[in-house]
Amino acid sequence: MTSATLHDIEAQQGAIADYNFAYLDEQTKRMIRRAILKGIAIPGYQVPFASREMPMPYGWGTGGVQVTASIIGPDDTLKVIDQGADDTTNAVSIRAFFARMAKVRTTTHTAEATVIQTRHRIPEEPLHEGQVIVFQVPIPEPLRFLEPRETETRKMHAVEDYGLMHVKLYEDIAQKGHIATNYAYPVKVKGRYIMDPSPTPKFDNPKMHRSEALQLYGAGREMRIYAIPPYTDVVSLDFEDYPFEIQHFEEPCALCGGTDVFLDEVILDDQGGRMFVCSDSDYCEDRRAHGHRGSLSPDILDGASADGDKEGTEA
Amino acid sequence: MNKAHTSDHLPKSSLVPPRPMDLSEKPLLQVRSVSKYYGRRVGCEDISFDLWPGEVLAIVGESGSGKTTLLDCISTRMTPTSGMVNYRMRDGTMREVFRLGEAEKRFLMRTDWGFVHQNPADGLRMTVSAGANVGERLMAIGKRHYGDIRETAADWLEQVEIARDRIDDQPRAFSGGMRQRLQIARNLVTGPRLVFMDEPTGGLDVSVQARLLDLLRGLVAELGLAAIVVTHDLAVARLLSHRMVVMKEGRVIETGLTDRVLDDPQAPYTQLLISSILQV
Ligand SMILES: Nc1ncnc2c1ncn2[C@@H]1O[C@H](COP(=O)(O)OP(=O)(O)OP(=O)(O)O)[C@@H](O)[C@H]1O
Ligand SMILES: [Mg+2]
Ligand SMILES: [Zn+2]
Repeated sequence: MTSATLHDIEAQQGAIADYNFAYLDEQTKRMIRRAILKGIAIPGYQVPFASREMPMPYGWGTGGVQVTASIIGPDDTLKVIDQGADDTTNAVSIRAFFARMAKVRTTTHTAEATVIQTRHRIPEEPLHEGQVIVFQVPIPEPLRFLEPRETETRKMHAVEDYGLMHVKLYEDIAQKGHIATNYAYPVKVKGRYIMDPSPTPKFDNPKMHRSEALQLYGAGREMRIYAIPPYTDVVSLDFEDYPFEIQHFEEPCALCGGTDVFLDEVILDDQGGRMFVCSDSDYCEDRRAHGHRGSLSPDILDGASADGDKEGTEA
Repeated sequence: MNKAHTSDHLPKSSLVPPRPMDLSEKPLLQVRSVSKYYGRRVGCEDISFDLWPGEVLAIVGESGSGKTTLLDCISTRMTPTSGMVNYRMRDGTMREVFRLGEAEKRFLMRTDWGFVHQNPADGLRMTVSAGANVGERLMAIGKRHYGDIRETAADWLEQVEIARDRIDDQPRAFSGGMRQRLQIARNLVTGPRLVFMDEPTGGLDVSVQARLLDLLRGLVAELGLAAIVVTHDLAVARLLSHRMVVMKEGRVIETGLTDRVLDDPQAPYTQLLISSILQV
């Protein structure tokens, strides 16, 4: 949601009381819940739904917002992240939207949230039973890039005709010597449907496997919902001689010293200075609050030793 | 295309090795009273024949006679208006192909059957490499070892006379003849028992045609493939097929061993067709 639309809503203060709980009318929510239930019953299968206009442009997570709006209740606590961060415009806007439209509590702490809406990441802290993670999905069809015909891809899913998916991975290896797909890395859900995990880094793929949390995926523009129920097998596609691997980082987070986490590169100056920091801002802050330090923490620069120095630099 | 010219450089009697006969054999494919109507127009009408393992059947006839319609009906690319097609599966059971489930049908089409299109672009993925084009069927049947898939693809490129080092090139970078040979490799990699071909040499110039025909003839004999080849070029039928079906206005008007039909045509229409095409 752009700040302009927020202001528009603000301007209609008087009318706000007329909005239904969580913005969508009850009939629409029921329709979306039916799609979600069907998705849960057929893990990884793309369920069509009648996507509604939302007060934000496509590409801002209208699919995810509709899913969240349909499942959220007054007792829920909502966390919204974009690329792992709670404080980006997109995340702030969506959080504000639900704070206003559903009067729910919001949080930045992964463990406190009952519903987490996300774009491009799964939190580092393992999700637990009872939590729901809602993904914003731009393109739900993993076969799209090689077979543009929707009639054909639907048939391919129906009869499990998935040779094409490996053609893409084969081409990666033939051209680059390894599977070069780093985001939206295709997975097979419960041994049946091939699914696009949305543009999360493949680093997050293992977190989908047998996750305790319910995973819901909403594609607004393409009008598709799909789901992975808790404790479901999710396997990343690969070849026997080129097994699936997650991204590896050479050094720990410069702020909290965290290893085995997904790092973002941050440019510090125009002299080529850069650092790597946790993409999950809540995780990083939490570690720092518990006394962990990275190589660029202020007190480390003053001479103390960083976590990463003790733990070595291999991620 | 000038058919008289095409046939000039071709031998006058069949070079097709005789189909190995085994009296205990049962037909591989049975076509029974297949008809296809486009509205009121006849596509093909009341066609029946058997095809035996390792046998190559040519379907010939002038443009519009129903060759492609018949081929598409038999290969399940199209549903006939009426009639039946039975196929002997690898386990020996005879199955009605239009009663197969979609998944079974697809499995059959990517393992036991092949389809070579006249236009290679219809049978290839033009934006992925030659290796992936050949490897796709292997991956579709569950092969998951990259090195093995690549090695098999390279071997097949060699078999169809494409240099191994072209394995990472896209078919867009290939000549028409190479594309057609790539399409053949893509189809044969899973060891099918039956291959359908619609004018496989159609878009190619004469010298390229001759080379492709040689290659096809060799592969078909070597692998013991059964094939149904649609062509309006009698020279292609002569070179490739054991048996011929002559079509006119959607119906079969003559059928028999290729040499017999070409050297001693019975139906007046076949006589006309042959005299107009195979004149010396
Ligand atoms: N999709 C279609 N709709 C209507 N009529 C069709 C269609 N396809 C073919 N026909 C008609 O069916 C008849 C047989 O056509 P078909 O394409 O099978 O002939 P063919 O022997 O393959 O000809 P060619 O040698 O030119 O490829 C023709 O009269 C043709 O006009
Ligand atoms: Mg035709
Ligand atoms: Zn950190």
